[in-house]
Amino acid sequence: MHPARSVIAFTTLSGAGFGVLFWLGLGLPDVTGWVAFAFFAVAYALAAGGLLASTFHLGHPERAWKAFSQWRSSWLSREGVASVAALVVMGVYGAALVFLDTRIAPLGWLGAALALATVYTTSMIYAQMRTVPRWKTPLTPVLFIAVSLAGGALLAGQVTAAMALLAVAGLVQVLWWMRGDGALAASGTDMATATGLGGIGHVRAFAPPHTGSNYLLREFVFVVGRKHAAKLRMIALALGYALPLVLLALPFSHAAAALAAISHLVGIAVSRWLFFAEAEHVVGLYYGAR
Amino acid sequence: MTQQPRIDTSPHVSDEVRKTTCYMCACRCGINVHMKGGKVAYIEGNRDHPVNKGVLCAKGSAGIMQVNAPSRLRAPLKRVGPRGSGEFEEISWDEALQIACDWLAPIRKSDPSKLAFFTGRDQSQSFTSYWAQNFGTPNYAAHGGFCSVNMAAAGIYTMGGAFWEFGQPDWDHTKLFMLFGVAEDHDSNPIKMGIGKIKARGARVIGVNPIRSGYNAVADDWVGITPGTDGLFILSLIHELMRAGKIDLDYLARYTNAPVLVNADPDSPEHGLFLRDTDGKPTVIDRNTGKLTAFDTPGVRPDLGATHEVDGITHRPVMHLMAERYLDPQYAPEAVADRCGVTPDKIRRIAAEIARVAFEEEITLDHEWTDFRGETHKTMTGRPVSFHAMRGISAHSNGFQTARALHVLQIILGTVEVPGGFRFKPPYPKPVSAHPTPHCKSAPNSPLDGPHLGFVRGPEDLALKEDGSPARIDKAFTWENPMSAHGLMHMVISNAHAGDPYKIDTLFMYMANMSWNSSMNTSGVMDMLTDTDETGEYVIPHIIYSDAYSSEMVAYADLILPDTTYLERHDCISLLDRPICEADAAADAIRWPVVEPDRPGHAGVRGFQTVLVQLANKLKLPGFTTEDGTPRYTDYADYIVNHERKPGIGPLTGFRGNGDDVGRGAPNPAQLDRYIENGGFFVSHIPEGAHYYKPWNMAYQDWAVGMGIFDTPQPYIFDLYAEPMRRFQLAAEGYGDRQPPDHLRDRIKSTMDPLPIWYPPLEDDSIDTEEFPIHALTQRPMAMYHSWGTQNAWLRQIHGENPLYLPTKLWEKHGFAEGDWARVTSPHGEITVPVAHMAALNENTVWTWNAIGKRKGAWALSEDAPEATRGFLLNHLIHELLPEKGDGLRWSNSDPITGQAAWFDLRVKIEKTAAPQEAQPAFPPIKSPVGQGPANLAWKVGK
Amino acid sequence: MTTLPTSTTRKLGLVIDLDTCVGCHACVVSCKGWNTENYGAPLSDQDPYGADPSGTFLNRVHSYEVQPLATSAMPHPAAQLVHFPKSCLHCEDAPCVTVCPTGASYKRVEDGIVLVNESDCIGCGLCAWACPYGAREMDAAEGVMKKCTLCVDRIYNDNLPEEDRVPACVRTCPAGARHFGDLGNPDSDVSKLVAERDGMDLMPEQGTKPVNQYLPPRPRDTLDEVDVLAPLLDPVAEEPKGFLGWLDRTLERL
Repeated sequence: MHPARSVIAFTTLSGAGFGVLFWLGLGLPDVTGWVAFAFFAVAYALAAGGLLASTFHLGHPERAWKAFSQWRSSWLSREGVASVAALVVMGVYGAALVFLDTRIAPLGWLGAALALATVYTTSMIYAQMRTVPRWKTPLTPVLFIAVSLAGGALLAGQVTAAMALLAVAGLVQVLWWMRGDGALAASGTDMATATGLGGIGHVRAFAPPHTGSNYLLREFVFVVGRKHAAKLRMIALALGYALPLVLLALPFSHAAAALAAISHLVGIAVSRWLFFAEAEHVVGLYYGAR
Repeated sequence: MTQQPRIDTSPHVSDEVRKTTCYMCACRCGINVHMKGGKVAYIEGNRDHPVNKGVLCAKGSAGIMQVNAPSRLRAPLKRVGPRGSGEFEEISWDEALQIACDWLAPIRKSDPSKLAFFTGRDQSQSFTSYWAQNFGTPNYAAHGGFCSVNMAAAGIYTMGGAFWEFGQPDWDHTKLFMLFGVAEDHDSNPIKMGIGKIKARGARVIGVNPIRSGYNAVADDWVGITPGTDGLFILSLIHELMRAGKIDLDYLARYTNAPVLVNADPDSPEHGLFLRDTDGKPTVIDRNTGKLTAFDTPGVRPDLGATHEVDGITHRPVMHLMAERYLDPQYAPEAVADRCGVTPDKIRRIAAEIARVAFEEEITLDHEWTDFRGETHKTMTGRPVSFHAMRGISAHSNGFQTARALHVLQIILGTVEVPGGFRFKPPYPKPVSAHPTPHCKSAPNSPLDGPHLGFVRGPEDLALKEDGSPARIDKAFTWENPMSAHGLMHMVISNAHAGDPYKIDTLFMYMANMSWNSSMNTSGVMDMLTDTDETGEYVIPHIIYSDAYSSEMVAYADLILPDTTYLERHDCISLLDRPICEADAAADAIRWPVVEPDRPGHAGVRGFQTVLVQLANKLKLPGFTTEDGTPRYTDYADYIVNHERKPGIGPLTGFRGNGDDVGRGAPNPAQLDRYIENGGFFVSHIPEGAHYYKPWNMAYQDWAVGMGIFDTPQPYIFDLYAEPMRRFQLAAEGYGDRQPPDHLRDRIKSTMDPLPIWYPPLEDDSIDTEEFPIHALTQRPMAMYHSWGTQNAWLRQIHGENPLYLPTKLWEKHGFAEGDWARVTSPHGEITVPVAHMAALNENTVWTWNAIGKRKGAWALSEDAPEATRGFLLNHLIHELLPEKGDGLRWSNSDPITGQAAWFDLRVKIEKTAAPQEAQPAFPPIKSPVGQGPANLAWKVGK
Repeated sequence: MTTLPTSTTRKLGLVIDLDTCVGCHACVVSCKGWNTENYGAPLSDQDPYGADPSGTFLNRVHSYEVQPLATSAMPHPAAQLVHFPKSCLHCEDAPCVTVCPTGASYKRVEDGIVLVNESDCIGCGLCAWACPYGAREMDAAEGVMKKCTLCVDRIYNDNLPEEDRVPACVRTCPAGARHFGDLGNPDSDVSKLVAERDGMDLMPEQGTKPVNQYLPPRPRDTLDEVDVLAPLLDPVAEEPKGFLGWLDRTLERL
């Protein structure tokens, strides 16, 4: 899959943002007034900023409102509904915290649930794709939620939770990669089933339909070198999980915490780049890719 | 229940449908041009049209991108920079015509042969040749010489008709279809439709082609033959069939010259010629009487086996000579297998399958017919095996004999012009005797003494001057290539530059991309076109060129006469030329301006044929002007309607006279309107009972006379043995007045065999085949076959570059991987090109798509277009001459019989090389006279 | 609405004959022409005369090379080339429809055609992600998803003669390798063809239940089979003299 910047930014930032909102909804940290405002500002900047970024890849962003209509079938629509619901509920909850110094706990719990649901719907957009065997696994929502909770905890200053969740998320990430590397082969979809010609013999793509590029090749056929990917995985693991863990283990300082958060976000962005770049869409089989 | 959007399922399709003829290739399909607001909105096939019956290929549908092509020329151009630079200024039509006349008038007055007029992708040859004839130059031909004269000439000389547009398999009845040769082109849509038909019936298709692409990909069985050996393979099939007695003796006796008696005395000056009666007719022995008689005597039963002695000279039937020739062990499958790259077993199996279908699946139609000997047959017997061949077998220096061998194969099976076999399309069958001979006598201020092109019957018909030197600039119809029925366009520039046989003053060409993909030795041709003599003048002093688009050749001309696109012009697809007939019908068609030529802000374009009329009028050429000097025709449309070749016979057969006459009739001023009303074409069906056995079927012959195809019935027998060829051999043996030069005697004796033979491609003699072990071929992709340029915005996305395809053996031997490049070297040149792997390919053959590569600056493409950076031509590797033999002579790289350019004789070696920045050789850009195309396209004309 | 209909009245679709397709791209360009001028936004082309020409096409023809395995009957099987046209298969369980967040993508109840209502399309591209076949292409100029409409504006079009009410690709196919009809009706010509020729689904494991069916190539190169019972020809003569003797004897009998 083409690793589009807008979608990488979206999943990285909004995942972290909704993670922060989750923790805030639980009252962790238990803040009010301007401190609460600061936390909510960060959370909304990440969550809403990410959502906004995701509209950049739309052909018609002005029609984006239509995306709320198909929640019965579409995970993308559900994501829209969930994200707006989460942002609205958490907005009311946050306003009460900031301006009224009042914590309406049930609203917070609802908001936290909606924030988590939003991350889940996002993950399901990918996890539902039978066309991308690497994504089509319950591990994908687990990964997204673990990363979101870990990042949220990190940004929400929940050091202990963050350390535990970073370790869990890192583990899930490694498992996800391990499973993913064999996913296409295990999916049962190959050039033989794609063309139906496997019964005759070994199928090889001879000539593409066009000598030039096209939308499908640009969007779905992205080949990342194995060595390059391994290097990026190490960077993602180091920046996204290991370094923040080390920094959190150090005596607390705002600089270390900030560095941990930035490192985590950069690491997750790298892992999300890989999430797309390494994902083999089965349509590539028609082009003999992979 | 869910709410579905309501959509309009019956939208307005178009304001009007204008029906004309496609010209995206040479196929001439009928098209429906849907118009919206006066603009072309959509093009589809015309269901009523005899050629395509509604279907249309990729090129046809992409025609809409041709009408809006940014590469369209817009005004006449006068060269202002050096030749080859592409620097021009736009001038008016008056000035352009004046310049042309200022060059042409003095030539015509002094020596019309100083004009060489060659038309490339010409579909109006009966008109352009008429113009050249009236100008008086002997130097006229179209592109057949470098295209496929072998195909046409071998067909005519053997059976009075050929493959391609001139005949077709009986798609409705055939049970085994065998397709020979690479480059799956002529006759493109009808072949696809036919293959579709027989595939739907589950009949077998056998493809004989080094490359398993296109039609060969759907062939049930594939013979991946070694290029240049098809003739040997065919002769081996003939060997097997004759050895097994699987030949149609009745057919051979009745309809071929197999029983005709041949002088068998090696010492006789008439050795190898037919024994003729006092009327000059070939003779046979009548089995009924045992007596010698003319072959066409009513009631005669020609004897295939009887010999006859006259004055002590034994005369033997052709059948005897064939038995001696083809039963020879040199044609046994084991003897040919290695050279052909086909196992002996496979040859045997194919021979057995052909024999099985021909003789065990015979079909009989209850059609009564009467043959030319007056015998009435109750039924028509068919042997449902049919053959077709593409350029591949013919673009070799042994291509004529190979094509003849294929015809002999189908004739001995008795499968030509029978149900299930190969069938002619009117005006064919047409024997050699009904064709003209070539004419070349040129005199100041006079028309030529007759039509340029024709079919020689013997040395007396060669186009030689009094001193024996070639009369034509291309040396057609000379001892070098006596039967060059289509001329040798590929030799014109080379010969004119060399002054061999003489110098010319003006080269006038139409739709012939000679400085690029239409020439062998492309860079050499560029040098010849730009070469200057000691005075600094160009060696070829004047070049006039007509094209609709900014092709590579434009830059090499001094004066450009811009042509229209095919939707903006009048044309006729005439029975006098290459018509659109079907086996069951005669048909012709027109083009008409479905849109007016519109080049806002420029002087505009004119149909080339109309420009020729205007030039003829200015030059007052006879044939185009009346005795008092006034023009006969105002433009090409006027010519199409009013020209008469013979009284009552004009370019179009339909709606003559008062509108009801067919074939023969007075000119009808409303003829073009009637064609337009009728969908742009006219069809006249062959009557019942005349559909098969046409060369011998009197019902057909009488119909053909009525149509104006012949003046009298022209029945004939097939020439398994081609006596005209024997006449050239006799000359080479020293008999007769007209004698070949000594250096050609041996070649004529060995190649002009009157019974098909096979010999290795001539280039193999003069190069080291060990050093150059690989055969290199080209073909055009179906989506571009015979289309003029790859500037088409839709088609160039499909084929915008071309790799060199390598077979597995070479791929692995050189350790190639995807994305690699190779240096390819021939005895003549070198190219560096991208490669790709193809397993379904003869193991000693490489190939690529032809004419994808473009010169930077041409066709309104950007200079970094993939066509110019990764696309390439094999042409750089092929010379128009054979490597020098040290005798000081220029030996053309052509078939020694017809002069057909031997493109496919090419041999190369390859090596892996680092990827260069772009394909090599690379040439500097030429300046575009039309700028570059737009950055975006969304061509919707409606709403 | 992007939930799929539980059933459709008809299942209109294409049957593509891989035994017959010669790979000429006629269907590709005919489709491009019709759909540029008709339903929805034109199919645009970017850099059409430049270095990287790229446009929207709803139908594309791939080519595959297939190398059969050696068997005792065919120890050296030749590689085969198969031309492979591909466009929307109008799946019964079309994943492209259910993922659409706006309801722009839908499957018609009356005939099963999968369409995009372009005025509702936000160009998110998710439907193309969900399609295993590469049947959907985003138009770069218009920013909406384009796909095969099965020429819904031809097949019911009262302004076209009845015989032309078929998809443009079917009407134009020179080899007759494309067939159009109701695959939901077992008595239709297309259903019979599928039954006779063992028509197949592409990527059946994807669970999309494609309506379009592919007819596999018939077995190739059977003349090469060693154990085939085709008799070879028996000679009547080995050399010219013997042949002439046979000729005389045979002519006597005629």
